[in-house]
Amino acid sequence: MVQPHARWVRISHWIVAASVLTLSVTGFEILMVHPRLYWGAAGNDLTPALIELPISRNYRHGGYTPPTPLARNSAGPTSAERTYDIFNKNGWGRSLHFLAGWFLVVPGVVYLLIGLVDGHFRKNIWPTADAVPGGPQYNLRQKVAYSCVVFVAAPLMVITGLTMAPAVTAAFPLLLQVFGGYQSARTIHFAVFVALLLFVIGHVVMVAKSGFWRQLRAMTIGE
Amino acid sequence: MKLKSRLVTRRGAIAAGLASVGGFALWRSPKDLPPTYGSLLRMGDNLTYAAHRALLPRQALVTEYTDKDITSFPAIGTTNPAASGPPDRANAYRRMQGGSFADWRLPIEGLVAKPRTFSLAELKQLPSRTQITRHTCEEGWSAIAQWTGVTLGTILDAAGILPAARFVLLHSYDGFANSIDMLDALHPQTIVAYGMNGQDLSVPHGAPLRLRVERQLGYKGLKYLQRITVVNEFDDGGEQGDLANGWAWYTGI
Repeated sequence: MVQPHARWVRISHWIVAASVLTLSVTGFEILMVHPRLYWGAAGNDLTPALIELPISRNYRHGGYTPPTPLARNSAGPTSAERTYDIFNKNGWGRSLHFLAGWFLVVPGVVYLLIGLVDGHFRKNIWPTADAVPGGPQYNLRQKVAYSCVVFVAAPLMVITGLTMAPAVTAAFPLLLQVFGGYQSARTIHFAVFVALLLFVIGHVVMVAKSGFWRQLRAMTIGE
Repeated sequence: MKLKSRLVTRRGAIAAGLASVGGFALWRSPKDLPPTYGSLLRMGDNLTYAAHRALLPRQALVTEYTDKDITSFPAIGTTNPAASGPPDRANAYRRMQGGSFADWRLPIEGLVAKPRTFSLAELKQLPSRTQITRHTCEEGWSAIAQWTGVTLGTILDAAGILPAARFVLLHSYDGFANSIDMLDALHPQTIVAYGMNGQDLSVPHGAPLRLRVERQLGYKGLKYLQRITVVNEFDDGGEQGDLANGWAWYTGI
């Protein structure tokens, strides 16, 4: 028996779903522009990468003049001029990412507040073995998955995202220390994205296996 | 019935939440916001800008690093205006470069009491500021370097900035322009830099003078400065600016 979802759950579910889809597409575009991940504060084409992803023509493009020393110390940092026309659609990619971010953060905060006050989290989401009658009957594994997404992964995405914002870390430098630097936050942002992508795939497969149209009705018209 | 009345309250709460976010956008008068030309993306940029200005401490300083944190630094975009700038500016740049920029002059004009120009030697005589900061590129990479220069506030003060000033517009020899609001213009870490890692700024990195706006992304730090204009209405340089080229004007995120 599929239980209908409360209206505020249905509304926030679909706003966040649309936002997450947009964030995923634009986030992937942004990663395509610089498909190298690092650890620490700084990383660029002239420093070693932690991971290089073959997802655009920018992957190992090597379009630089020979490096020259940036200071008197010739063994120290270098500079080189880029000679390669890279793939870059960040003009719209970044702005759309942040616009979609507003549609994650605002409904997300409202969802968290209502869920807390309303008892929805305590009754239906927080991983306890007891089934509470009257709401969606999730098993323990579902509750663990939903709790990880709602209380850990989604907030972590927002916070690591904000750690990449120079105006935000000027106000809250602690963020850089917590995540180990700007590039570390960027790498964590990507790792949590991969985890959330796996969750979404699993979520859609489970919905399909348990009666796709019935589940869709429960999350749209609430029947 | 009880359930229904609670739903209305929740919807009211959601509406109040959205209205308060919208309020940030209205908190600044439309004159203080960049135009959107009806673009949803630019509206989102303005919401972020207004939220940052409303919620973040106005003079917070970015993290400064130490000598040992300095990294390699790619030079991207224009790396030599003499080769790629608009012909008139390219020629002018080539001439000045031949004379080690002794003939280079930086005019400060617009809403200032005493419009004037600065030579490189005059700028170097003003009180200097050296900072080791992180350059964050919109592409996703970052690099740390030491910058030496004069705070933009110092040179604006020297020209006598007028109370009506709202934005600072900068033009460059590579044919780009850019503007920042007064809050970033007068920020203690916003400098016009003539030195990088203890040496004169090299041509690929913006010789003889570039802007550093540390609370925004790298592309706000215009290289090859040609002139500075103080304005009372939003102006990012028209066709040479961020918006006309499809980029966000405010990049604190």
